[in-house]
Amino acid sequence: MPITLPLHAVNRPAPEAIPNREKLTKKALSADHPTWCPGCGDFAVLATFYKVLEKKNLPHEQIVTIAGIGCSSRFPYFVNTYGTHFIHGRAIPYATGISLARPDLRVFVFGGDGDGYSIGGNHLDHGARKNVRLCYIIMDNFVYGLTKKQTSPTSPIGFKSKTDPAGSIDHPINPIKKLIANGATFIARTHAAFPAHMSQMFERAMDHDGFAVVEVLSECVEFYEGAFDAANSRKGGQFNLIEEKKWDGTPEDEKRHDVTDEIAAYKLAHLPFPGVFGVFYESDRPTKNALEYKWIETTREKLGAASDLDLLKATFNRMK
Amino acid sequence: MSPNTASTPIISSNTTPTTSTKPTRKIHDVVIRLAGNSQDGIQAVGGFLARLAGRSEQEVMTYMTIPSTISGGPSIFQVRIGSGEVFSAGDQVDFLVAFYQHSYENHIHSLKPGGILLYDSDHVTPNLNDKTYHYVGVPITSLTVEAIGGTARDKGKNIFTLGLLAKVFDLDTAKLEKLILDRFKSKDESIARNALNAFNAGYAYPIANYLDQLYTFEKYEKAALRPQVTMDGNQAIAYGLITGGVRFGAGYPITPWSSIMEILRAELPKYGGIFVQAEDELGAVSMALGFSFAGYLAVTGSSGPGISLKMEALGWGCMAEMPLVVINVQRGGPSTGLPTNVEQSDLMQAIYGSHGDAPRVVLAPQTVEDCFYTAIEACRIAREYSVPVIVLSDTALATRIEAFEEPHLEELYVPVQLDLSPHEGNYKPYALDRITRHLTPGRYTADGKYPVVSGLEHDEYGHPTASPKLHSAMTAKRRDKLRQLAATLPTPAIYGDETAEILLVGWGSTYGPIREAVDTLRRQGHPVAAIHLRHLHPLPPRLAEIFTRFKQVLVIEMNDYGLYGYGQLATLLRATTVCPHIKSHCKTDGQSFRVSEIIQAVQALAK
Repeated sequence: MPITLPLHAVNRPAPEAIPNREKLTKKALSADHPTWCPGCGDFAVLATFYKVLEKKNLPHEQIVTIAGIGCSSRFPYFVNTYGTHFIHGRAIPYATGISLARPDLRVFVFGGDGDGYSIGGNHLDHGARKNVRLCYIIMDNFVYGLTKKQTSPTSPIGFKSKTDPAGSIDHPINPIKKLIANGATFIARTHAAFPAHMSQMFERAMDHDGFAVVEVLSECVEFYEGAFDAANSRKGGQFNLIEEKKWDGTPEDEKRHDVTDEIAAYKLAHLPFPGVFGVFYESDRPTKNALEYKWIETTREKLGAASDLDLLKATFNRMK
Repeated sequence: MSPNTASTPIISSNTTPTTSTKPTRKIHDVVIRLAGNSQDGIQAVGGFLARLAGRSEQEVMTYMTIPSTISGGPSIFQVRIGSGEVFSAGDQVDFLVAFYQHSYENHIHSLKPGGILLYDSDHVTPNLNDKTYHYVGVPITSLTVEAIGGTARDKGKNIFTLGLLAKVFDLDTAKLEKLILDRFKSKDESIARNALNAFNAGYAYPIANYLDQLYTFEKYEKAALRPQVTMDGNQAIAYGLITGGVRFGAGYPITPWSSIMEILRAELPKYGGIFVQAEDELGAVSMALGFSFAGYLAVTGSSGPGISLKMEALGWGCMAEMPLVVINVQRGGPSTGLPTNVEQSDLMQAIYGSHGDAPRVVLAPQTVEDCFYTAIEACRIAREYSVPVIVLSDTALATRIEAFEEPHLEELYVPVQLDLSPHEGNYKPYALDRITRHLTPGRYTADGKYPVVSGLEHDEYGHPTASPKLHSAMTAKRRDKLRQLAATLPTPAIYGDETAEILLVGWGSTYGPIREAVDTLRRQGHPVAAIHLRHLHPLPPRLAEIFTRFKQVLVIEMNDYGLYGYGQLATLLRATTVCPHIKSHCKTDGQSFRVSEIIQAVQALAK
């Protein structure tokens, strides 16, 4: 008996429960072996993603992974879920299509700094502005790795690359500021060398109903080794955490960060590298998904029990 | 269009007006052109006339020009109404309405000798010494102000003029009144009342005093018994997509595609769907591909410049074998070119645009009615062959209003369903021995393995591979499915004299003018035949056989001769059929083909 869903059942049911459903173990989640270089930070991101999915135990077939182009964008091949390896920079609009059409799916987008902030920069702005329900994990390594060391939109000034042999001269993008400005409703930053923090951030992003972005500093050992040492306490740097307000009435609360305060988040994002890690901003603005379905719902209510075919016939009658 | 009125004007003499009861002349066909400025509401009048014709079982075709400015600028609306088949909006007009001096000066030469110029005597001073035409001056502006209380200067003169036309051509006033009320019913009641007052004032004006005769359309018994629907080409595409089962899409505004996205944005929620105005063309096509991946065939569209921006993602659609419908309402020129003019110069882009070998399907509708059916066919092909399908419409079809027999919606309607049945496992979406079918996300597979859709060259499961053997095999697979499609396409029917020496070949909106040219030439004793191609990629079978039966093959299209002397379709046909006697007749003036231009081209070839 095929399971088919009527399109305008707004609160669509999940597919029928599958008996003896396999648990989401790391084994069940692994697909191809990653093609990344040994020591690449992306391995930790993948392992953490498995771990969080396992913990959430979502129905396996309802997880969708989407990526653009770049080293990190190979992600969908390494996770055994429905997925798409799309074109450079356009993973967000592609995932937007999936997210809007299928409320029953969990949509994850993966990419790097080039894919997300450069070629796909406009889509990041508009995905945030529309507050599309999806979770976007950006593996930022401050360099173009797949094409073998060119300047990235987040490369610091002075970084020597094949396209800036005398050192980069262009001001780097501050993705957190950009995301706050454009209306993303969950913005966090973490470090691939700290999987415990990373998994907390992933979990909160997954629980968020809206456009959730986690920026992961993920080192490219081949072309920008040591890029994030200044943020790595194990390498003599500092991994400074954002301490969020607990609203516990203690005087300490005054010093803590209010994640719903855009201006405070912007100030934190403004700190020079290595800055701080954790959740910068979180709000519950209605998602595009909810607003579109609300429109569908009110429209359908007005139309009563008319079938699609009746509706079409009535429209043609008006053109007679 | 009838032989006795095709070339003779409806007015035969310039006699002095009298006040006695006028004789009524039966006519088959009339071409009316309203010339004014773009804010005068002449498109609205044209729309009323077209819909009235549709409701009176007459054939109708319209033609409009709009300036590429937000407001103002000279504009025309031409409507041809016929008791019988109408194939074009007419080369020359029988009845010209001029609202301004510039309207008169720029358009008087389009009037047939002996034709009627109706001018607004408040604004226009014609050269009455030129006895070529029959002049009727009416102070349209001041009479309109008088009729509707002098509160809305310059507003309503279009409806007043409609009243005049209703009197001259004995139009059904009850139906017109209903159309006017329908149009304004959502607005303030006073607007509808003013419109009706203006209409009645125009109708009551003693225009008969200035004419030799009044006119009435001959009764036309259509073979079809179903009522007619009246719409423009963009509406026909939008409703064709909905009928064909499209519920999701994304686009970005550009003339002349925008009205399709506006209709879909308003209509799709009624059907449980969503249309997104994307941030740019690249986002729009990507979202549409995402919708398709999610299990619902989606649409995106644009006009030429926007389609260029979609090309990378379109290549992905061909590689990943994702069904998608792409509408290209073509406009003129490369770059921003001629935004509001017509041209058919995106054929090569549609077939070969993007990078690598990226086979996709290209279709072109011929009439407004065909826009509806082509959209449905595009949906079917996209689904059956898991391939992007490009529909090449153009400005002429997009803005033209036609009346056509109501489609059999029960038979055409494609229900939308999402298949989420559990799957047995070991699924190869890209299996080499059949057409690619993607599993809808959300389907449980028994072996717990889920396929990835990829733009990298891939194996049968979707995993990346650079194997030389697999790349060749997959490239062939993507091409061969279109060969399978080609084998199912109907060979185009030959219209006209099958034993003629000259065969005309056209595509898209040139259908009407080519047909009318064939009819006219045959009546004049020149044997000629025509075929019109709807499937442009892949081409239908047995074209070479058809071409070899004719001594000369002349491809008529609205694009440039190019470096080698052949238009885009002609180049393609010469390459695919290797027939050396295929020639081109091209034009790039941004206007639809006139019937006379095609006739002249054929006469030149016959010499």
